[in-house]
Amino acid sequence: MTTTTGETATSDGIAIRRRRKPATPYLLLIPALAALLVGLGYPVYWQVVTSLQEYGLMQQFGAPPRFVGFDNFARIFTDSQVWWVVARSIAFCLVNAGLTVGIGLGLAVLMRAVHGWVRIVMQVTLLLAWATPLVAAVTVFRWLFDYRTGVVNWLLVQLGWESMAGHNYLETPLQFFMVASFIVIWMSVPFVAMSIYAGLTQVSEEVLEAARLDGAGPTQILWLIIMPLVRPVIAIVLLLQIIWDLRVFAQIRLLQDAGAPVSETNLLGNFIYQLGVGQQNFGGAAAVSIFVLLLTVVLSAPYVRYLMKEDVA
Amino acid sequence: MSAVLTPAGPTVAAAHEPPRLRGRRVRPAKILLSVLGLALALLWVFPVYWMMLSAVTPDAVLRSSTPSFLPVHFTLTNLRSVLTDSGFLNALGMSLMVTGLALVLVLVFAFFAALAISRWRFRGRKSFILAVLFIQMLPAEGLFIAQYQMMSSLGLLNQVVGISVLYVAMLVPFTIWMLRGFVAGVPIELEEAAMVDGLSRTKAFVRITFPLLAPGLVASGVYAFLQAWNEFTTALVILPAESAQTLPIWLRSFLSASANRGIDWAEVMAASTLIAVPVIVFFLFVQGRMTSGLVSGAVKG
Repeated sequence: MTTTTGETATSDGIAIRRRRKPATPYLLLIPALAALLVGLGYPVYWQVVTSLQEYGLMQQFGAPPRFVGFDNFARIFTDSQVWWVVARSIAFCLVNAGLTVGIGLGLAVLMRAVHGWVRIVMQVTLLLAWATPLVAAVTVFRWLFDYRTGVVNWLLVQLGWESMAGHNYLETPLQFFMVASFIVIWMSVPFVAMSIYAGLTQVSEEVLEAARLDGAGPTQILWLIIMPLVRPVIAIVLLLQIIWDLRVFAQIRLLQDAGAPVSETNLLGNFIYQLGVGQQNFGGAAAVSIFVLLLTVVLSAPYVRYLMKEDVA
Repeated sequence: MSAVLTPAGPTVAAAHEPPRLRGRRVRPAKILLSVLGLALALLWVFPVYWMMLSAVTPDAVLRSSTPSFLPVHFTLTNLRSVLTDSGFLNALGMSLMVTGLALVLVLVFAFFAALAISRWRFRGRKSFILAVLFIQMLPAEGLFIAQYQMMSSLGLLNQVVGISVLYVAMLVPFTIWMLRGFVAGVPIELEEAAMVDGLSRTKAFVRITFPLLAPGLVASGVYAFLQAWNEFTTALVILPAESAQTLPIWLRSFLSASANRGIDWAEVMAASTLIAVPVIVFFLFVQGRMTSGLVSGAVKG
């Protein structure tokens, strides 16, 4: 890859500039780098240092932090409660990412098969859901699933499920996560569906024509021609969904306001929030944060590699 | 017609299902699928519709046992009472200041950086791009405790400057990546031609390249604006005081306050609608760019 960059560098205009003003690009990068160092660099550094220290309420009131090595990590990751949070986060993430990509793929294929004006209606409605701000979306879902006057319970009763009148979804963890999943899926399917649909439109008509001439039926064309061609797009959106669904925080926090059992519904982000802001255990919170950051970096690596390839191309 | 246009394949599949073609005759499968598509579209748009409908319905109607699905009780009372709520106006002002400051800085910083990486090949360019791409993936949830500590020790909690700095750092990476595509899309030859015709390097840039980049700056700016405007997690941690709330944080406490007296859903939905509608309008402008920016790496550099 480095050789490719080297070759580009020697090609005309760019090389001339490089010879004349070697300092300019570095000067141009200074403001962005400074912002990143202040807003993210220092916090990450502080987090690494703090995770190796005992940093609790005492330190808040002026006691010097004590270096404790990997004690925080040891304490955090031998705590079964933490593993429950980790397991819950991973399960929530995989279920939601899988469902989101599955439904998005289904919608994308459906958009290809329907009449033109139906497709436009579908795209507009998906865009509306995508554009809705997160806090507004969670608020609406709380209203839809409100136990007294929510329209979901009303509808279920109308359909003959009498016992759903006054049913409170947000009280029990499992149904709490069901509602949270509805919100997450509702908000993220549009991006997946539109991306995969954009990929589907790239499949050239000639290829499909050739397949038809060879006698392939619609189902065969879908599974044997189209799917393999859009597989890269599906892989990327699935990866992005996994990364994004692992960090679900706001939806959970906002739903917990409705009176859910907090410790049984916390995901990783909420757990960090509770540990740090709630209990002022900064050492522990920093340790869990570093775990989350490392997990993200590992998961992001294939996506970043994909984008870098785009850059060279 | 189908038989003429498409040579029937020798396969069994072709025998019981006629191959797809561009024939004009109505196919029942397509109609069924279209109906399914419409049903799903309806399902997807319902929460947005319900939010807006509830916003213009009196609370007393919303509390009745049978919901009405059409705006037959239309009223502007809810919207008016939110618009005159001092908390809402306060949060609106705060959101405008935070987003405005962050937006200006993000655009300037990211534009410089995008110029650097797409107009020059220099040592460290690749590492910089790599770092930017990784940084944009970092979740706020893994950083907010440290950011809270930093801002609290600097005395910048509840301050516009404090949260704006964090937003700039959060938004600069993706904005660089997005602008890089636009800058690379303007061929350097255009600028050089202008220089051959006697313009200075600076003038050539300002008169030729910059106007061509304007749409890119607008699109990236709207995107960054939406991110900062909707941001919840960092604001929740860095702006704990009620007087410093941005709109998303305000909506949350508005709902909590309403819950004490049995939730006035009409007012809460009016507040949600007022927050959501401008965002939706802006979003529709930049949507196409965002999809391609995330998935296909924007314009080739």
